[in-house]
Amino acid sequence: MTSSAGAPSVAPELAPDGDASSPPRRRRSSAWFLLLPGALWLVAFFLTPMVQLVATSLYDPSGSEETGYAMTWAWGNYVDALDFYLEPFVRGFAYSAIATALCLVIGYPLAYAIAFKAGRWKNLMLVLVIAPFFTSFLVRTLAWKLILSDNGFVVGIAKTLGLIADDGRLLATGFAVVAGLTYNFLPFMVLPLYVSLEKIDHRLIEAAGDLYSSPAQGFRKVTLPLSMPGVVAGTLLTFIPSAGDFINAQLLGDTTTQMIGNVIESRFEVGDYPAAAALSVTLMVLIVAMVAIYIRRAGTEELL
Amino acid sequence: MPADPVSGAPPPGDLQLLSLTKRFGEFTAVDDLDLVVPAGSFFALLGPSGCGKTTTLRMVAGLEVPTTGEVRLGEQDITWAKPYKRPVNTVFQSYALFPHLTVYENVAFGLRRQGRKEVTEPVRDMLRLVELESFGARKPAQLSGGQQQRVALARALINQPQVLLLDEPLGALDLKLRRQMQIELKSIQGEVGTTFVHVTHDQEEAMTMADTIAVMHRGVIEQMGSPAELYESPRTTFVANFLGQSNLVPCAINGRDGGDLVIDAQGALVRMPAERAQVHQGKAWLGVRPEKIILGSPGEDLPGNSLGEARIVDVSFVGVSTQYLVRTSWGQELMAFEQNTGARPLMRAGDQVHVRFAGAHAFLLDHDQDARAGVDEDSAA
Amino acid sequence: MIRLGRWVSDHAIMAIGAVVLAYMFVPIVIVVLMSFNRPASRSAYTLDAFTLDNWLHPCEPEGLCSSLVTSMQIGLLATFASTVLGTLMAFALVRHSFRGRAATNVVIFLPMASPEVVMGASLLALFVSVGFGGVLGFWTILVAHIMFCLSFVVVTVRARLQGMDSRLEQAAMDLYATEAQAFWRVTFPLVFPGILSAALLAFALSFDDFIITNFNSGQTTTFPMFVWGAAQRDVPMQINVVGTAMFALAVVAVLSGEMLRRRRERVQ
Ligand SMILES: Nc1ncnc2c1ncn2[C@@H]1O[C@H](COP(=O)(O)OP(=O)(O)O)[C@@H](O)[C@H]1O
Ligand SMILES: [Mg+2]
Repeated sequence: MTSSAGAPSVAPELAPDGDASSPPRRRRSSAWFLLLPGALWLVAFFLTPMVQLVATSLYDPSGSEETGYAMTWAWGNYVDALDFYLEPFVRGFAYSAIATALCLVIGYPLAYAIAFKAGRWKNLMLVLVIAPFFTSFLVRTLAWKLILSDNGFVVGIAKTLGLIADDGRLLATGFAVVAGLTYNFLPFMVLPLYVSLEKIDHRLIEAAGDLYSSPAQGFRKVTLPLSMPGVVAGTLLTFIPSAGDFINAQLLGDTTTQMIGNVIESRFEVGDYPAAAALSVTLMVLIVAMVAIYIRRAGTEELL
Repeated sequence: MPADPVSGAPPPGDLQLLSLTKRFGEFTAVDDLDLVVPAGSFFALLGPSGCGKTTTLRMVAGLEVPTTGEVRLGEQDITWAKPYKRPVNTVFQSYALFPHLTVYENVAFGLRRQGRKEVTEPVRDMLRLVELESFGARKPAQLSGGQQQRVALARALINQPQVLLLDEPLGALDLKLRRQMQIELKSIQGEVGTTFVHVTHDQEEAMTMADTIAVMHRGVIEQMGSPAELYESPRTTFVANFLGQSNLVPCAINGRDGGDLVIDAQGALVRMPAERAQVHQGKAWLGVRPEKIILGSPGEDLPGNSLGEARIVDVSFVGVSTQYLVRTSWGQELMAFEQNTGARPLMRAGDQVHVRFAGAHAFLLDHDQDARAGVDEDSAA
Repeated sequence: MIRLGRWVSDHAIMAIGAVVLAYMFVPIVIVVLMSFNRPASRSAYTLDAFTLDNWLHPCEPEGLCSSLVTSMQIGLLATFASTVLGTLMAFALVRHSFRGRAATNVVIFLPMASPEVVMGASLLALFVSVGFGGVLGFWTILVAHIMFCLSFVVVTVRARLQGMDSRLEQAAMDLYATEAQAFWRVTFPLVFPGILSAALLAFALSFDDFIITNFNSGQTTTFPMFVWGAAQRDVPMQINVVGTAMFALAVVAVLSGEMLRRRRERVQ
């Protein structure tokens, strides 16, 4: 804030409306005016629900929608939830981790090609990366169901190559679920990677070549470290939604491939709110903790 | 209503800054600045980067609110007036042209905001003045640096401001274009007669263009005057070093002899006019510009003050002149420039010379200052 | 030999990129094919025979078109509200300094870092606890959509605003524009592309959302929910018509926008 220690002179021949003689008022309130509606919305419909979720997770588990729920600080809900559903928890995180790694491996060359090799095709390729988004997520996932179906060509080829047994199948396996996750979240990996690769001054890579590093060394020592913000953002944008996803596991998997999202969804469906809430809170805490550790490790705090 | 700059409703007057101060938190960017810019002059504000030039201009333009002090234009106090209520326009550092508007619309912007309906003619005239008539339909991104610079100038000038502020307007141009634009700017100013306040860190630019230069250093004005005054009679070591080069010899003032001061410069007794001295007793810096130093052969009898014998340690031939670096008997290195008139053979490193200068060309500065102030600042000379 | 190696290394990466892109389009191809498919039986979701019936009678499956209308309504309303609120927030964050800015940034970041299932579940927990369990439907879906679109709008507009030189507004005010004029003549036109892409993103997110919607929808059915319901029974081929049409519309819109931009650039 500016303070005016020097007395502003009061001259008679001021600008007609006279506001030239006094220091302007800085309206800090206008920032709040702009901010408040949106911020209140987020507080009301994001933060408050989160608090309510934590509260719900501590309700008496024997309550129901009809009889109502009583707050009994039932920490046991967490113990029970993890006791019953540890397996989908671990499975969900494992699937998501594999899918994220696959996205990185598949997405990096594509992002690299767009950023450095595409030339005048750059914009077209970017549009093509985003284009599949426009077909509904569920419709695309149903298409995968068809592609991986028992009498589809993918299974046929896999059988011919002996990759799966003659009576084996792809649909309703962990493979199908991971494939679906990988496919659906690939653009979330490619776009941030592209953005950070694009920012790299290409002369840095040439300079590395000039200083006698092989292309592989140049990549490892220059390109990869400089694209780290993209790698971090991409892996988070891929991992977080897949860890909570239940669509792929539901449409492409079976009861043995359930992820934690499926469990939360079905617990809510049957009205077992305390258990569902306890699972949700656990998922949220785990993800926030992982994100925090990951970002700290990768040294990209400024991402936030 | 904004003061109508077109019809010039308030009488044009001098721009006055009175004890103007700007603090950013603890940091004082502009410190108790007093300055009068005469109406119609080409005024340069010269100083190394970070010294507070832009901040000063922004306070004049109304884009920054002074912490204390006053800005007056003629009889009017405009200290707190909104930017759009001042008859002052700015050519921004790196221009700030509106990227979404054509050159034509950029230039017309100010007139339209003042409610002028008919802008075609003045815009065309202005574009002609800056030689961009055929570029009206282009976007700024489709222009070269020099052309963008001229759009920025036209966009400000068309409003016929009482004061035009130019913040390093030529800083982004290459040397050749810069020299050309310096001449163009100067002639445009002569044509329109507006007060120009030209901010630069390039001392040569300031000296070629301005009627009056104010040298700014760490938020304060060190000295103000015509280019010749500043160059011939710098009052601080910073000005002596920042505008051109200076040899500063530590010395002691022995006393006064009529209109002259008698000075002991490292054992050599020299005389100079007392009015060219900032101090009149005690220790001081004796300043002599390199081209004012005369190198004679030992034993050669020439008029002026002698600084004794010295040995040439380095010779640089630069065409019009030769620059000699000599080491004096007390171990100081002095710079001496000599015109290549052909009257005399070049000297070589190792030669012994006799160092002389005319007292009327020397200046005497306060010894409490750093002799190297302003030496390595980024003056682009 | 060296030359060959160089050529391969120069083009290999592009080839891999092309393969990955092709992979991304495999299901799209299937969706397009299926939109022209007459399945052997109602319950068989397999490619069989060519037909235009699905395109001629897209509304035949009961509830499909009404679910589309619902999704459109919610999408447009959520886009409008989240774009307005989010743009205001972005301006506050970039152009003003105020206490609590860091906290605000965290609140904006969190929804993007939360799994949808948690957000959906928590909103449901809230609605149920305040006694809205019975009125879940259009309005609760809308509330939820505005919430999760908001953060994406803020981030998109903020990026555009940060990339804008604030001296442009100052230049406008120096040239006799009042604060309001500087905003509408300079700031807004320059930020508008950012606002537009934020709005498009918000619409896409809202239109395609299933997980959060599923928790808070009550009896209301959006298009993704219709597909989900159908996937549990037999899938009508018409959903592929919708998928194909949306895809085509979006691609045509993007390409014509790009062509317009190029033409305009060439003219100047
Ligand atoms: N908005 C600001 N906040 C804090 N410090 C500033 C601000 N603007 C300028 N400064 C500081 O004030 C000093 C003078 O800046 P400026 O007037 O831009 O210098 P010049 O134009 O002479 O290079 C610099 O040290 C700069 O860092
Ligand atoms: Mg500056």
